[in-house]
Amino acid sequence: MSEFAQTPLHDMHVELGAKMVPFAGYAMPVQYPMGVLKEHLHTRAAAGLFDVSHMGQVILSGPSWEAVALAFEALVPMDVLGLEDGRQRYGLFTNDAGGIEDDLMFARRGDDLFVVVNAACKAEDVARMRAGLPDEISVTELTDRALIALQGPRAAAVIEDQDVRAAEMRFMDVADLALCGHAVWASRSGYTGEDGFEISVAADEAETLVRSLLTHHGVAPIGLGARDSLRLEAGLCLYGHDIDAMTGPVEAGLTWSVQKIRRAGGARAGGFPGADVVLDAFANGVARKRVGLRPEGRAPMREGVQLFDAKECGAQIGTVTSGGFGPTVEGPVAMGYVTTEHAEVGTRIWGEVRGKRLAVDVAALPFVPANFKR
Amino acid sequence: MKFTEEHEWLREEDGLMVVGITTHAAEQLGDVVFVELPDDGITVSKDEEVVVIESVKAASDILAPVDGEIVEVNTALTDNPGMVNEDPQGEAWFFKMSVSDASQMDEFMDEAGYKKFIA
Repeated sequence: MSEFAQTPLHDMHVELGAKMVPFAGYAMPVQYPMGVLKEHLHTRAAAGLFDVSHMGQVILSGPSWEAVALAFEALVPMDVLGLEDGRQRYGLFTNDAGGIEDDLMFARRGDDLFVVVNAACKAEDVARMRAGLPDEISVTELTDRALIALQGPRAAAVIEDQDVRAAEMRFMDVADLALCGHAVWASRSGYTGEDGFEISVAADEAETLVRSLLTHHGVAPIGLGARDSLRLEAGLCLYGHDIDAMTGPVEAGLTWSVQKIRRAGGARAGGFPGADVVLDAFANGVARKRVGLRPEGRAPMREGVQLFDAKECGAQIGTVTSGGFGPTVEGPVAMGYVTTEHAEVGTRIWGEVRGKRLAVDVAALPFVPANFKR
Repeated sequence: MKFTEEHEWLREEDGLMVVGITTHAAEQLGDVVFVELPDDGITVSKDEEVVVIESVKAASDILAPVDGEIVEVNTALTDNPGMVNEDPQGEAWFFKMSVSDASQMDEFMDEAGYKKFIA
């Protein structure tokens, strides 16, 4: 897989027996010898360590925090200016049609904004920021930093053991910590539905740090396979699957991420790409919505499964966008889009799997309650 | 025991052919989470899809290795698909079938041949 980029932890993954697969242009570990199912359960029971260095890390700097925040608000429908120092938010880049170009995390570090974007979109995101921000805002992609995530109920004890300041952090806080002798940027967040941290560290220190963390009781390396089933059970969107350029924040059920100040009537309403479409969706509703789906039987309903309003004949009313087996749920779970009239929790619909229509119910998300430290 | 290029094993037992997937195939599939078995009593042709297996990664089919009739299916797998990973060449057999044309068995590999095939 020499044609794929490698993260700073590549050789360690291979040494640990990972199965490497291409993902977003990188060779990434999809699973270790433990296997996807056990890795998933281990993360929910103890702590899983993920290499997410393929994701893009970007710093935006400018003459002041206000300048940086207001400039960034022209690209995202989020309240950036209101973000306190040391806090992080989930965000979306929108396009002129009100669709989602990528989802991201952004954190305030003093007067700077630290942005983490998806690997598959990072080149476009950096170009979007360079083109869409005024000259006084510098856009610096941090290609010399690795990003790892430590997730699960044991994560806090492991990190606090290294730096007591971590004990003060709550969900979506960011702080500079010293872990195993390495200076890191930590956020108390992740994408598994569990308490945990995402840790940005100098690329040349990443392997030493990760090896130290792996010596802690209950910490195991976890691959992309379990990362996917963990985020699915947590009801979190995977860009390019559950959200994309053709889906907007209201359809996607991400209205919570658009703070009131950016909505109609807010002090800084609109002013982001596609604002007219997005604000119209808030006001007048949408034709389809992202929902959780619980198949009645044991057969997984995967991405692409067509959803119908009747067991026989009837009309197609939606499509599965993510689906598989939920190890914690101990059954199949999925997400997809259905027409708004079928989006109510408890609605019985049918998914066509191998030519047979199988019963599936619209279900509340997340499938597994979040375990964040609020 | 005989082996097919589709990574199935066949073991003769009381005049019937017991069919499962190899340890190698189970490892490649990853954790099996769903097994859909055929009805017993159905007549099948060689290479017909008779079993659906879904792992955490993907769905795949098991094909009938020869022409014949499905005489018995291992319903324990429906409730406990993980057996396929735990004991693929033992307890986790999928079905037993009668063989219409024994000459179809001739093309299958022995264990040494299969080991070479997957090497």
